[in-house]
Amino acid sequence: MTTKTPTEPGQERLKQFLLAAAIPITAVLLAALIGAILLILSGADPIAAYSALIKGSFGSERAFGRTLEKATPLILGGLAVAFAFKGGLFNIGGQGQLLFGAIIAGALGFGISGLPFVIHMPLALLGGALAGALYATISGALKAFTGAHEVITTIMLNFIAINITDFLANGVWKDTSGIVARTPAILETAAIPRLGTNMPLGFFIAAFIAFLVWYLLFRTTLGFEIRTVGLNNHAAHYAGITVARITILTMGISGFLAGMGGAIETLGVVGRFQPGFNVGLGFDGITIALLARTNPLAVIPAAILIGAMQGGASQMQFDAKVSFEIIDVIQALILFFVSAEMIVRYILRIRADQGGSVTLSTGWGQG
Amino acid sequence: MSTLATTSKSSWRELLRYSGWIIAGLVVVASIIGYLSNAQVTTSMLASTLRQSTPLILGALCGLLCERTGVVNIGIEGQMLFSAFIGFLANVYTGNLVIAVAAAILAGMLVGGLHAFMAVYLKMDQIIAGTVINILALGLTGFFYTAGLTTEGKLQPINLGPLADLPLVGPVLFNNPPITYMAIILVFVMHYVLFFTQWGLRTRAVGEHPSAADTVGINVNRMRYINVIIAGGIAGLAGGFLTLEAVGSFERAMTNGRGFVALAVMIFGKWTPFGAWGAALLFGFASALQTQLQFIGTIEIPHQFIGMLPYVLTIVVLAGLVGRSRPPAAVGKPYETD
Repeated sequence: MTTKTPTEPGQERLKQFLLAAAIPITAVLLAALIGAILLILSGADPIAAYSALIKGSFGSERAFGRTLEKATPLILGGLAVAFAFKGGLFNIGGQGQLLFGAIIAGALGFGISGLPFVIHMPLALLGGALAGALYATISGALKAFTGAHEVITTIMLNFIAINITDFLANGVWKDTSGIVARTPAILETAAIPRLGTNMPLGFFIAAFIAFLVWYLLFRTTLGFEIRTVGLNNHAAHYAGITVARITILTMGISGFLAGMGGAIETLGVVGRFQPGFNVGLGFDGITIALLARTNPLAVIPAAILIGAMQGGASQMQFDAKVSFEIIDVIQALILFFVSAEMIVRYILRIRADQGGSVTLSTGWGQG
Repeated sequence: MSTLATTSKSSWRELLRYSGWIIAGLVVVASIIGYLSNAQVTTSMLASTLRQSTPLILGALCGLLCERTGVVNIGIEGQMLFSAFIGFLANVYTGNLVIAVAAAILAGMLVGGLHAFMAVYLKMDQIIAGTVINILALGLTGFFYTAGLTTEGKLQPINLGPLADLPLVGPVLFNNPPITYMAIILVFVMHYVLFFTQWGLRTRAVGEHPSAADTVGINVNRMRYINVIIAGGIAGLAGGFLTLEAVGSFERAMTNGRGFVALAVMIFGKWTPFGAWGAALLFGFASALQTQLQFIGTIEIPHQFIGMLPYVLTIVVLAGLVGRSRPPAAVGKPYETD
């Protein structure tokens, strides 16, 4: 890396940063463009749709608060996937871990009374996160001890989690005052409040967690071990790292983050656990993690973007009569263009050695 | 001591080698006993097993053709969902079931082409490529689906004359709708193509050792493209089964994880068509049992626990078998020439 004209280090870093940001931004623009074409095909006006989407997500203080509210579980879901990627694992089971986090937080939120807010809320939040961690540990242990690929086991565990939480919300933890299968409302002392009228406190908790994850990954020995296993588990093994231990820990921490995402949704937004309420959050985590190129800090803006799309979707449906499923399509297209970097690099004329690249999971073969 | 160990090990291996036949024999005996004790329930259980296994074996055949050629495909779920939707739409707008099945197959091939483009040309991480397909299919079918579309009907069982009159075997095997027959035929065809034709040899060579295959003049990427697209057509047939043969209508996310269960079926079957068929029948049996238990309703098990059965079985199978069955060596790696 010798350049003929030495530039200021700060300037060089800024250039690197812009190059790294150019790929996800272009990916989002391309996805929006194809989304517009699909909107025209279905007989809608893309300009009206997109401006309603922006109005509904950033147009007022209330809209912005809603965007941040939507972004909150997405930050944690994105962190869960990004963290697992750093350890060479693909946690596609954020959904199941999140459901467990949501229902345990809900149960702790309504089941325990007499605690002050400063104890009750953190207790419910961490309880939910731990439930997610334990649930993800199943996949981590299966991977470490039997080699069963985490992609399939986590997906199967998603379906199992849907059934178990549905059973709990219909049975022992059912709110007996109504006919709907859901848990009773959480107590005031467990709820995550808003700052002022619109700003959700949960968002700032999630953003803080993103910093913690960054610190853990890049400033601690454990983080170094996790990243080494992620890059090459054979090399890690020869370097004296116990790969099985790191695999289980990575999956556990990833599940902790996803579980906290579910807990924060229950405690800060929904106010109780209700089956079918947070479906899809697990998949959103994948898009966000890749949009952030697995960088924990970049997860925050990526989650705000996806949160804005989801927060503004109802306004778009109302103003422009566009079905909100277009958001799912655009999200999938973002995922496509972010992962198909070759296309974006070609458009931007960025060489392969510039702007950095991310190493992700491998096939079944890796033991 | 060492000789003793070797003998017992080799006899175990011998037993494992014939385990498929042993299990098949046990199943036949069990079915006959079942038939003699309760003919009606046994017949309906076995028929239901075969029907439930159809999308799984088709999905598994798609997966194993992809993987034998060196491409991981976790997008089977999305391929099935998308082609189920296109097949359904074709049925709604043409009312012709043959056109609808063809449309489902073509839709599957189209998505297979997209997967091949991402995996082979763009050299994307193949697990991510599959995930893109799954999420894209969920989004597209959800966006374009409008409730209230109705169809003329669905594929009906074809009675194979005197064969269908045989006791037990007749109603189970010879009185099925067309895609179920096609799935059974495809198992044999896939076995023949993979292990007894030049194409199959080349496909396996590309999946095991692409650079050696390249050296002898096989176009690695072309083989991968074609196989992944054909496999997509098979997944398309599975999608067609769901909307055109099993249910007759489309629902959002109606594949319900079958595409992923199919991958477990493929691994359980050790990447062979007959092995996968056996595994698919086992999973089909679990689903049939689930329906039967719900139908009887006398046993006090919450329906959510019965509903979990196939998923739990998948995890158990993966945990118990993955280490012992070996995937094709080059699976998941894009081929790059130096």
